Amino acid sequence: MTSISSVSAAFTGRDRGNRLYGPVPDVTEQSGYAEEHPKRVGFFTDTSVCIGCKACEVACKEWNTLPMDDSHGVKDALGLSGMSYDNTGQLGANSWRHVAFIEQSRAVDLPMPTFGRPGDDRHDHGTSVAGSGDLNSTATAQASVLNAEALTEFDPQTGQTGADKQVRWLMSSDVCKHCTHAGCLDVCPTGALFRTEFGTVVVQGDICNGCGYCVAACPYGVIDQRKDDGRVFKCTMCYDRLTDGLMPACATACPTQSIQFGDLDELQERADARLATLKAQGVETARLYGRDEDDGVGGDGAFFLLLDEPEVYGLPPDPIVTTRDLPAMWRAAGKAALMMVGVAATAILGSRRGAR
Amino acid sequence: MTGGITSPGAGWRQADRGPATQRTGRKRRRRGGGRGRGEVPMVDDVEFTSYYGRQIVKTPVWKSPDVPLYLFLGGAAGSSAILGALADVTGRQALTRTARLTAGGGSILSVVFLIHDLGRPERFLHMLRVLKVTSPLSVGTYILAPFSAAAGATAAVELLGWFPRLKRFGGAVAGVFGGPLATYTGVLLANTAVPSWHEFHTKLPFVFGGSAMAAGGGICMALTPLGESEPARKMAILGAGIELAALRGIEGSDSFLAEPYHEGRPGQFMRAARACTAGGLGLAVLGGRRRWGAVASGALLAAGSLLTRFGVFEAGIASTKDPKYVVVPQRERMAAREAEARSVAR
Repeated sequence: MTSISSVSAAFTGRDRGNRLYGPVPDVTEQSGYAEEHPKRVGFFTDTSVCIGCKACEVACKEWNTLPMDDSHGVKDALGLSGMSYDNTGQLGANSWRHVAFIEQSRAVDLPMPTFGRPGDDRHDHGTSVAGSGDLNSTATAQASVLNAEALTEFDPQTGQTGADKQVRWLMSSDVCKHCTHAGCLDVCPTGALFRTEFGTVVVQGDICNGCGYCVAACPYGVIDQRKDDGRVFKCTMCYDRLTDGLMPACATACPTQSIQFGDLDELQERADARLATLKAQGVETARLYGRDEDDGVGGDGAFFLLLDEPEVYGLPPDPIVTTRDLPAMWRAAGKAALMMVGVAATAILGSRRGAR
Repeated sequence: MTGGITSPGAGWRQADRGPATQRTGRKRRRRGGGRGRGEVPMVDDVEFTSYYGRQIVKTPVWKSPDVPLYLFLGGAAGSSAILGALADVTGRQALTRTARLTAGGGSILSVVFLIHDLGRPERFLHMLRVLKVTSPLSVGTYILAPFSAAAGATAAVELLGWFPRLKRFGGAVAGVFGGPLATYTGVLLANTAVPSWHEFHTKLPFVFGGSAMAAGGGICMALTPLGESEPARKMAILGAGIELAALRGIEGSDSFLAEPYHEGRPGQFMRAARACTAGGLGLAVLGGRRRWGAVASGALLAAGSLLTRFGVFEAGIASTKDPKYVVVPQRERMAAREAEARSVAR
């Protein structure tokens, strides 16, 4: 049985099948499913094409009938975050998709490679258009009303303001990572959290007793407790839809294919190809997050293509599943317990018998 | 830019607030205790990036008086049970009785607090559906359940005066589970993504084990007639010493993640805990053989143990609320790994 070898790994630290840490070729099979299980599925969220429309958030809320909450995860209060277009704030018990929004700027005179579009080109276009016969009168007419000069200074395609500053918007739809080594699943004492036949991680609502251990164990801060309910909730990757052969609601709703759903190995190939394309186009800050199976959680079932450091999006830069260190912790606890018995025995034997 | 720690890609900065990076806002801090080691430079004013300063890991939903009280009562009960079982073997009846009642009372109360902390208390028995060694709470349930059954039953028959042999057996069972009960709670807190708990995962079991002996020994010392309280006094003194030494290993460490143990409310708890435990330790050594001294030092040690639990608990909570405790150590880890990879490649 799988549970017996998992016992030895947590206690002894001899982790032969990488049960606690490290890459696992077939996590579904390791979880005890028969060999003919479905392939592991996942999300590839390509943030370079995300437009921040939040259709994924809405589709998720509707399909899973999630209650309202404000930008700090407090239920039933409509609240604006006051910081950006992001009024969801974070993932939580009632927000299983969260679109992050970051506005960034940079000085263009920095000695950095730009996106390969010298600003002079546009200026040349502008003069040639303005100087071409009939259009000239139209252009001056526009300038009097709209201040076309100021308008042409800002190019929404590149975010170039013309002066000294470049602006870009980062948008990213965050979700439960469905880790290969899921901390929440490891520490759940009731078995409410389990790995499905699709390799995803799901909470069984009728088992969860709201102990809250998973909330503290998730290195990404995904799962949370619904205060008025007591139990914990998180993305199920639409387990109900998967069993009926449908795509998860968010991926179905995404209008730009920023959220791609499919077999994990296929998505990984697609992501590698996309990264290579972006790199070739000069997007030097593109990187994959959660793709590496040698990372601290054995790779994510839901991974991302980011355009900046993970922490810019509110993601931990180097998450490690807490149970990697569990064998060391059990050893320390065992030693400490023996120490207690030793101290108590010393105290008893080192004391003279009391007068009775 | 602070090469290595964090370097946002290609000069991009968050637009509406100047630099996207924040500073950790602290250059130096004094070593805990002020024991003449002077100022030790810690992580110097590191820049780090975050998403609007929002926290990354979730704050544990465990309630504040419940869980620290559970940790304290479980510890005191566990160490008392060991003391009681050994005192029974060596024929110290008064000490045995006190220790059994402490263990029984503490275990029952700790179960109450543990269940009360659940989001769905009526589903407590779901804990017994499975046994998972990857879950300290699951293992702890299988320590707490037999312990509280044995210790509670032993305390009950001790009060009623029935079944002397069963009593000895029950006391022995409780004694066997007492040590694990007191130390597993360290693993319970450490096996999380809470930065300031996980960082000290090999030290917390010793803090809690020492703290448990200080509390259990102190309570038994205060409540046992002087003629038999000597073992309890010794256990309390040794336990308090271990607690202080193990805490020093956390508070005095160079780790960035020791900071929450010094600042704000958790810092106050930790300082109060150290004062109570050190005071109780001194008083137990000097005056623990007198009635008033035993009572006063026992109370101080128990209070110190309780404050330690609150301090450690609150420090972990505080470390989840600031993204710097997640980002900075992870960045340092990545930088160290890269440096290692580079040196290997050469």
